[in-house]
Amino acid sequence: MVEFVNLTLSGITSGMVYAAVALALVLIWRATRIVNFAQGGMLMLTTFLAWSVIDRGGSYWVALAVALIAGLALGAIVERIVIRPVENKPPLNAVIVTLGLLVVLQAVAGMIWGGQPRSYPPAFTIQGFKLGETGLLLSPFDLFVIGAVAVVMVALILLFRRTDLGLKLRASAFAPEVARLLGVRVGRMLTLGWALAAVVGSLAGVLIAPSVFVGPNQFDAVLVFGFTAAVIGGLDSPVGAVVGGLVLGCALSYVTGYISSDIVTLGALAALITVLMVRPNGLFATSAGRRV
Amino acid sequence: MLELRELVVAYGAVRALDGVSLTAAKGGITAVLGANGAGKTTLLRAVSGLVRPRSGEVLLDGRDIGRLPAEEITRLGVAHVPESGGVIIELTVEENLRLGGLWRRENAALRRQISEIYDLFPPLRVRQGRVAATLSGGERQMLALGRALVSRPRLLLMDEPSLGLAPRVAAQIMAVLRRQRDEQGLTVVLVEQNARSALSVADHAVVLSLGSVAAEIAQGEAIDDRLRHAYLGF
Amino acid sequence: MNLQTTNPQPKNARAHAPLDRGWAGVVLRMLRRHTLLRHTLLAVVAVVALAYLTGAVSPYRDLQIAHMAYIVCAAAGLTVLTGLGGQISLGHGAFMAIGAYTTALVLNHWAWPLAAVLLAAVTVTAVAGFIVGVAAARLHGPYLAGATLALAVGLPGLVSYEPVTGLLGGQNGLSVSPSPPPLALGETFPLERWQAWISCLCAVIVMWLLANLTHSRLGRSLPATRDDEIAAALSGIRVARVRIITSVVAAACAGLGGGLLAVVTTLAAPGAFPLTLSLQLVAAVVLGGLGSLAGAVWGSVVLVLVPNWASDPDASAHLPHNVASNLPALIFGTVLIVVTLLFPRGMQGGFRWVGRQVKRRLTERTG
Repeated sequence: MVEFVNLTLSGITSGMVYAAVALALVLIWRATRIVNFAQGGMLMLTTFLAWSVIDRGGSYWVALAVALIAGLALGAIVERIVIRPVENKPPLNAVIVTLGLLVVLQAVAGMIWGGQPRSYPPAFTIQGFKLGETGLLLSPFDLFVIGAVAVVMVALILLFRRTDLGLKLRASAFAPEVARLLGVRVGRMLTLGWALAAVVGSLAGVLIAPSVFVGPNQFDAVLVFGFTAAVIGGLDSPVGAVVGGLVLGCALSYVTGYISSDIVTLGALAALITVLMVRPNGLFATSAGRRV
Repeated sequence: MLELRELVVAYGAVRALDGVSLTAAKGGITAVLGANGAGKTTLLRAVSGLVRPRSGEVLLDGRDIGRLPAEEITRLGVAHVPESGGVIIELTVEENLRLGGLWRRENAALRRQISEIYDLFPPLRVRQGRVAATLSGGERQMLALGRALVSRPRLLLMDEPSLGLAPRVAAQIMAVLRRQRDEQGLTVVLVEQNARSALSVADHAVVLSLGSVAAEIAQGEAIDDRLRHAYLGF
Repeated sequence: MNLQTTNPQPKNARAHAPLDRGWAGVVLRMLRRHTLLRHTLLAVVAVVALAYLTGAVSPYRDLQIAHMAYIVCAAAGLTVLTGLGGQISLGHGAFMAIGAYTTALVLNHWAWPLAAVLLAAVTVTAVAGFIVGVAAARLHGPYLAGATLALAVGLPGLVSYEPVTGLLGGQNGLSVSPSPPPLALGETFPLERWQAWISCLCAVIVMWLLANLTHSRLGRSLPATRDDEIAAALSGIRVARVRIITSVVAAACAGLGGGLLAVVTTLAAPGAFPLTLSLQLVAAVVLGGLGSLAGAVWGSVVLVLVPNWASDPDASAHLPHNVASNLPALIFGTVLIVVTLLFPRGMQGGFRWVGRQVKRRLTERTG
């Protein structure tokens, strides 16, 4: 029983990170109907930047700020330069371009920092809390992770639901042509959408870095998990992304605890396939087509 | 107000508009009539910047706007209500209306405008918090027109507003157009397949056929029977 | 996108239109009409050319040719799946891994003849392809891409899974000791050339089979399922069945490629099948020209030559190690992006364009 509780706790922590990655993918999918397979590479690069700051003696918080700002810039640049030309092209083109970008980002990181994974410090201790005699798999840092992702999610909800900017972002995502007829500068909104998504991704990267280490290929699995979470949630639904992340986090935690950590990714694959077999468009998908 | 000169729009090798010239006078309703595929919708899309003309000019108060992007043309005071309204069904009625006037960046005025629209179309006020997907066809058309009016446009482009609507609702829409013209001096270009309902409000009509102007009708002019049979279908 | 597989043969035949008279014309016309005959002739030409080529170059180059040949097998299968069928697979490296491990296990346990071993690898991967195909038949676009991505990232981890580490050798993998070249070829016959022969022969067979497949009824229905699933279904194509068959074919080709990889590198280890391999296969297909079998060959050639060039001591001596070792990936990634944005038809599209220009010049001159 204690083990189950502990596995659930650690599942929730990692699930929140997957949820953040999933959210980054969902934001972009909603805005541009593109799955950003480069997301793993983008958050890897910004996490490496943060690592460099810490390596030079900078504080954790400065490093975090650097990662988030770098994410904002990187997202905008990527959308402007390589994504803009493949918007409204066959979906395969976008898939290939984002994969190409992933390969480029990994190569660039390898050139700058080498292939050796580096350790990344947590913001707070990872020593678990104790409940009487039994140690819990929940540490102050875990609470920070959960809190940070939750804050970002609430901020995003407020931005999208309560502000005019959010209204324009949603309109551009749902009906770009109509949005243009209403005077919305849709191109800017798409750039902003990518930038916001990249910020969320960067946060996820910094939060997961202490457990996966920082290296060019260290975040491949994180991308897969984030994607799986997003698909479980239906790709279109931010709420679904969060739920998907938590479900996946717990499921993988049980796989690790009760079977073996070596087949965690296969566990994600199994979860993905199972969900897609039952509902090919994810759990939270609304009707397939848009009627205007 | 709006003048098209020798406008040519082509999709690949197909010329949807083949040298169309017309003038929409300020403060008047110009009806553009014609059968399916005559180029009516393309004409509106060329004016609002959704398609690029291959040649010719689109003059708004004497300024050529043919090469401007759609969002900038909107900001010059041109509102385009696309066919079947283009209501964003995922957003609420209120959000749709708000979106219409956001670009003016005048929050207080926008709120006043929206409340005026609710006065104009009371069913919308009742449903203001609902997503537009729950609206009926007539309510969607009201919302679309209301959303266009929120931005206080100088020129309104309407694409088939009466399509699929009950005659009573269609008449209501036409009445609003007439009132906006009379009270606000709004210039309207009204694309319609339903010639009878369009001619009931129009000051002037143009008949398109296969991408060119086939005839022009001034208000009150008796309509030639041949024209009626060939293009107008009533 | 041009959907036909190309064969230089009929292209030349058309280019020399005036030759259509006389006995040469009869032969050319016959070749143009009989696809099977044309492909067979091409295959024979390819075998002869490759036999000559492998004999003429150094053992090191022979090894490179062997590498190219097994990549061709996998990439050609992927071309059918992605280019013609429109189903993206980011997990093709996983099928190569299955083929490689099957080869290693069968060779080490039963010491069958090589042809039988490779056939076993093909069979096992085909079954895996069937399972994946059935699971994926309802998926499309990003969902399929993500599921296959998960497969590529997840499968190599399986070797470390406790119950099978003993069997699969864990992270170190399984070493493979294929039989040496037959004595009939002479005692000094280089092993590398023998490996190149095996790989090339397999690649030619794969190309021959796939070329005929794409001209078959099934092959012609593929682009229909890619472009409009509903229209294809309405015109009597059983879309799910076609997709599953394509998945099986593509997996089998990758399995053969993986089996050959194990034979050529004498190792089946998880490190040989990273996500990058899967992405590189996609790169080869896109680079060569989506939907063109010949393009798969060009793509594979580039795929093997570029890293080789980048790690060439002369070219990269002045570069730091980190830069040099990541240069190939950087080039691939950039090429993937640039080709997709600027030349969506890939190299084969470029060749065709040049071919058309030449042909036009020729007809202008003769006519």
